[in-house]
Amino acid sequence: MPRKQIAKFSVPHVQILAPDGTADAKLDPGLPADTLLAMYRWMRLARALDERMLKLQRQGRLGTFPPNAGQEAISIPAAMLMRDGDWFVGAFRELGGRLVRGEPLTAVLDYYNGWEEGNVLPDKELRILPTSVVIGCQIEHAAGLAYAAQYKESGEVALAFIGDGGTSEGGFHEGLNLAGVWRAPLVTIIQNNQWAISIPRSQQTASETLAQKGIAYGMPVVQIDGNDPLAVWVAVGEAIERARRGEGPTLIEAVTYRLMMHTTADDPKKYRTEDEEKRAWELEPLLRTRKYLENKEIWDQDREQALLDEVKARVDAAVAEFETPKERPLDAPFDHVYGTAHPNIEAQRREFLAGLEGGGARG
Amino acid sequence: MAKLNMVQAINLALAQEMANDDSVLVMGQDVGVDGGVFRATDGLLERFGQKRVLDTPLAESGIVGSGVGMALAGLKPVCEMQFSGFSYMMMGQFEAHVTRLRARTLGQLNLPMVIRMPYGGGVRALEHHSESREVMYAHQPGARVVIPSGPRNARALLLAAIRDPDPVLFMEPKHSYRAFREEVPEQEETLPIGKAHVVQEGTDLTLISWGAMMRPALKAAARIEKQRGASIEIIDLLTIAPMDHETIAASVAKTGRCVVVQEAPRSFGPSSEITAVINDRAFLYLEAPVKRLTGYDVVTPYFGREKSYLPGVDKVAQGIAETLDF
Ligand SMILES: Cc1ncc(C[n+]2csc(CCOP(=O)(O)OP(=O)(O)O)c2C)c(N)n1
Ligand SMILES: [Mg+2]
Repeated sequence: MPRKQIAKFSVPHVQILAPDGTADAKLDPGLPADTLLAMYRWMRLARALDERMLKLQRQGRLGTFPPNAGQEAISIPAAMLMRDGDWFVGAFRELGGRLVRGEPLTAVLDYYNGWEEGNVLPDKELRILPTSVVIGCQIEHAAGLAYAAQYKESGEVALAFIGDGGTSEGGFHEGLNLAGVWRAPLVTIIQNNQWAISIPRSQQTASETLAQKGIAYGMPVVQIDGNDPLAVWVAVGEAIERARRGEGPTLIEAVTYRLMMHTTADDPKKYRTEDEEKRAWELEPLLRTRKYLENKEIWDQDREQALLDEVKARVDAAVAEFETPKERPLDAPFDHVYGTAHPNIEAQRREFLAGLEGGGARG
Repeated sequence: MAKLNMVQAINLALAQEMANDDSVLVMGQDVGVDGGVFRATDGLLERFGQKRVLDTPLAESGIVGSGVGMALAGLKPVCEMQFSGFSYMMMGQFEAHVTRLRARTLGQLNLPMVIRMPYGGGVRALEHHSESREVMYAHQPGARVVIPSGPRNARALLLAAIRDPDPVLFMEPKHSYRAFREEVPEQEETLPIGKAHVVQEGTDLTLISWGAMMRPALKAAARIEKQRGASIEIIDLLTIAPMDHETIAASVAKTGRCVVVQEAPRSFGPSSEITAVINDRAFLYLEAPVKRLTGYDVVTPYFGREKSYLPGVDKVAQGIAETLDF
């Protein structure tokens, strides 16, 4: 038997909007102005909240959190492409996408200030899963959500996010494999921001791309410029449509950069140069999106200023509400150990309350 | 002698044993260039090089599973789990392989490996960064679970753990990482794994704790001693499994009263085991029921509510007083 090639693979790469704000005329999806403006508004809002959270954290008014700056062009367009009934399955760096899907700013603040209340959505039918701090598990959950959509023939899809580091976890591989076998309507987006705390992408995996990991699980893959909201729009849009048509899962690698520290507890100076960070800031997504809008003559300095004022006001209002003292019963954790009250837990609650002086915490 | 905090003491143990023994290596997420997210491995990469200080991909099961292979081949891996809350990704390896290889091969194979992980609350961290779940590991036959309470015993126990021919799961109370300093002799010293430490002898009551809870326990004991002139014997468990039944039983046989302070949820935890041991070995000496001051059987609250859920000095002092008065 002669040796022969039995399989051949390739990984496409897509960039539509260049860092200088010019779009590839052939690939530009030609989004309507109101869609583009809405997208940019979400990006500005997410950036403003992120910057404010950093300040609050530094002032001791918020707990540890993972800044999102630089990754707005990934989860925001992706979330805008979702419909009611679709599932948003985040890791922990999808701030913009969460806001787009309807998570209140105050929920984000509450969550990162140590309150379970931050996981409570105004309506559970928003279908935004709580943050997945334990990396990798969320891809398996998303595979199950996607299977359920298929089972119910609902036409709904699951959209899941994971970091470059997360692609080394078993959960990522098991989840993708399941979705591949089931041809489940799952769109998985790897936010490859080049770093997993101090571990650079090159040390995370010997694979040339992260996208190619999906090939092993029998699904279409694409690597895109994750600082390019148009590329995200097109790639995620195609993947969602395929999933809705019953044509199975897709893996998208969105290449971006974690502009800030891993979390507020991290010091990137230990492991990367400021020069590298400076170069990355030149490629960040808001800059090029704004230029694109200006080139289209639907944006200018006045409108920019008005938008900055608007998002600042929204963040101000959210922070004010977040910081308004609330009565939050300290014994709330006893309420939800099980769906119904259990005598063992109730006995411990009584003991807990007896040991407290006050009885309620200020949130 | 230098005054070190626990992180520095752990770092010292690692550096000393890596210098002593070429087969020792450390591996884990961010342990190299970053020096570990708590800096426990700081400086080791510069000193011992990439071959012995492995910055791994994000894969707990892979870290421990490959650690098993390395240990079988004669290396002595010290695997770091970044937080105990993420260590369960390697529970399959731990339960099925780490704790069993010796028994499965009737002693032919052994695994000289250490798995280190910070655990416990009180540092206002995100969810999954505050749990105390030593019992999940301690419950596996073959598991040895060590929890130091201060810089000096952390250094001594870690040295002993690395030198041990069998696997040791080493849980570090992160709340104590930088909370205080102690004199830690430069000269190497070890403590026996499996042996509790009688911190202070006493005759009226036995107070047992471990890890971060030793601090409130000690403070509460000092308060009660001062207030009422009671004589309290204090035991730092140091090893959760296998538990030092002798020391516990002998102490309670002497004092007749016992209070156990545990950060973890109450049910099925080490304090339940301690109570059972006392029941087995010292029941007839008891003057009062064994009191357990523990966390609650609730999902570990986020840090907004965390503080009131951790046993504190007041609660421990009250528990001691009640047990003395019983
Ligand atoms: C299972 C698991 N192991 C370890 C951690 C600790 N940890 C939190 S974030 C992180 C790095 C994540 O890198 P990546 O997946 O690239 O996401 P990014 O932080 O860059 O968004 C690590 C190791 C965790 N949260 N979960
Ligand atoms: Mg990353």
